[in-house]
Amino acid sequence: MLCNRTSLRDLASTIRSKNAGVDHITFDLIFKDRTAFERVRDSGVISPESISALYHIPRERITDFVVFEPANAIKFTIRRSRPSGSPGESDVFGSQHYAPLFEVEVP
Amino acid sequence: MDAVTILCPTGHLGFTPFEKGSFLAGCEHKPDVIVADSGSCDIGPYPLGADSQASPPAWQKHDLEAMLLAARRLGVPMIVGSASDTGTDRGVEQFAAMIRDIASEHGLASFRLATIKSEQTPQFLLERLAAGMPIKGLDGRADADEVLLARTDRIVAVMDAEPIAAALREGAEVVIAGRASDCALFAAPLLNAGLSPATAYFAGKLMECASFCCEPFMGKESILGRIAEDDIRITPLHPRQRCTPASLAGHAMYERRNPFYEHVLSGTLDMRNCRYEAVDERTARASGAVFIPAAQPMVKLEGAGKVGERRLAVVGIRDPYVIENIEAAIAWARARLSERFGAPDQAGWAVHYHLFGRNGVMSELEPSPPAHPHELGIVVETVCRDAATAEEICALAARNLFYARLPEVKGTAGTAALMADEILIGKPGYEWTLNHVMPVRDAFELFRTEFHLVDGRARRAA
Repeated sequence: MLCNRTSLRDLASTIRSKNAGVDHITFDLIFKDRTAFERVRDSGVISPESISALYHIPRERITDFVVFEPANAIKFTIRRSRPSGSPGESDVFGSQHYAPLFEVEVP
Repeated sequence: MDAVTILCPTGHLGFTPFEKGSFLAGCEHKPDVIVADSGSCDIGPYPLGADSQASPPAWQKHDLEAMLLAARRLGVPMIVGSASDTGTDRGVEQFAAMIRDIASEHGLASFRLATIKSEQTPQFLLERLAAGMPIKGLDGRADADEVLLARTDRIVAVMDAEPIAAALREGAEVVIAGRASDCALFAAPLLNAGLSPATAYFAGKLMECASFCCEPFMGKESILGRIAEDDIRITPLHPRQRCTPASLAGHAMYERRNPFYEHVLSGTLDMRNCRYEAVDERTARASGAVFIPAAQPMVKLEGAGKVGERRLAVVGIRDPYVIENIEAAIAWARARLSERFGAPDQAGWAVHYHLFGRNGVMSELEPSPPAHPHELGIVVETVCRDAATAEEICALAARNLFYARLPEVKGTAGTAALMADEILIGKPGYEWTLNHVMPVRDAFELFRTEFHLVDGRARRAA
């Protein structure tokens, strides 16, 4: 491979989003191994500030940010703009909001 | 004391039919109890608000039948919670009727069925409010008031393990529960076996979605839990799945804001110091949960209310100039709608243009909507109190894209493709009005248990 840039897509085994109750969407980044997990955790590319910038949302809408070591995982939760399934909503399960994380570059 | 064994075939009974192969393999282990949850908020507010169901009855019956026949053959209890997707009284009665039908179709010997209802009326909550009892908003919501309750059509309260455990102690062999915390269904028999609430609720938390806590990813396959005090062992029953420390820990964070805490009516499960270890190739073990009893028991309330009638239209756009100027075209369409029907907020209507191909999936959270997509698929969603007006607004909202007024448009015979010049009738729009908690006297106060003798042979003879 000529490409020498590494992104979350390369290091994570699971990148997913899903409802956490009716008012939130939660995101799970689960890494292939301890090394990949520590590399991303220590790089700081995933932080409340970087997520706020990536999704163009104010910092207050990120209600939870957790480094979950038993699963080699980083997890964060965003408050929805309206409850899931309300008229105007487009992702009832919140299950397709993770895609922008794929291309986040990791040094 | 020997470990208690629990067989769980599905994380949402009836949502799709569960796989019988791994379930029957699980029955060979002679589990002490068979448990499945049947509800979810993920399906949106419509099923609760309209008191409808999200799963086809044939699939619900498929799952209930496999569980009931196995449970009666093994002579062990069967527990199903959040009956028929929402856990309303309708759902409990529907599942109880299915249990009776299955029993008579198979001529099953008599058994005791317990139903536990959890639906609450808006009137009851209004009386609580009037008596000065707070109904506190969760997740940043405001506390409930009369206005919010007036907008709420249907409410369920979420039980913990206590009413289910009590029904089992009184001899229930099949329990059909209304809305319940998923983990509570598993915790109930474990509490009765003398295990701590920490072990009981943590085991439930790990097992509630069946094969989702194993790898590789497979839905609707059975798992077996062997649970002793502070020692929870999970084994998948599909031969190609494994339960590993990573898969089990990964599941502990699934569908929840925070992987460290789980709240139920009687307290909070603290999972900050939980440990996940391999037992063998296919079995993982979890331990280390702590249960903190609530000083004041708080019941969670879920409620949904109708917003209005919904109509939908599908419109496609291929002209690159119109695509580039779609915001201007929509603004013009909205202005014409307001002229005719009044300002949306005051007149009580709303139009949502879902722009698939640009940001139809993520809406305002989309970080990189393409400026020049090849084509746009637009779903025009309209909501209004009155169905005839919703239809008229939807037709105009869609056709105004066909007649979009843009200064340099060349396609003067139509600026949009109508997939069909047709307005689709959507289910009414509902919203989650209640995601709240309310103090209760104890874990039993809001829940209503009834016992029924089901005799499949007598019913068949009759």
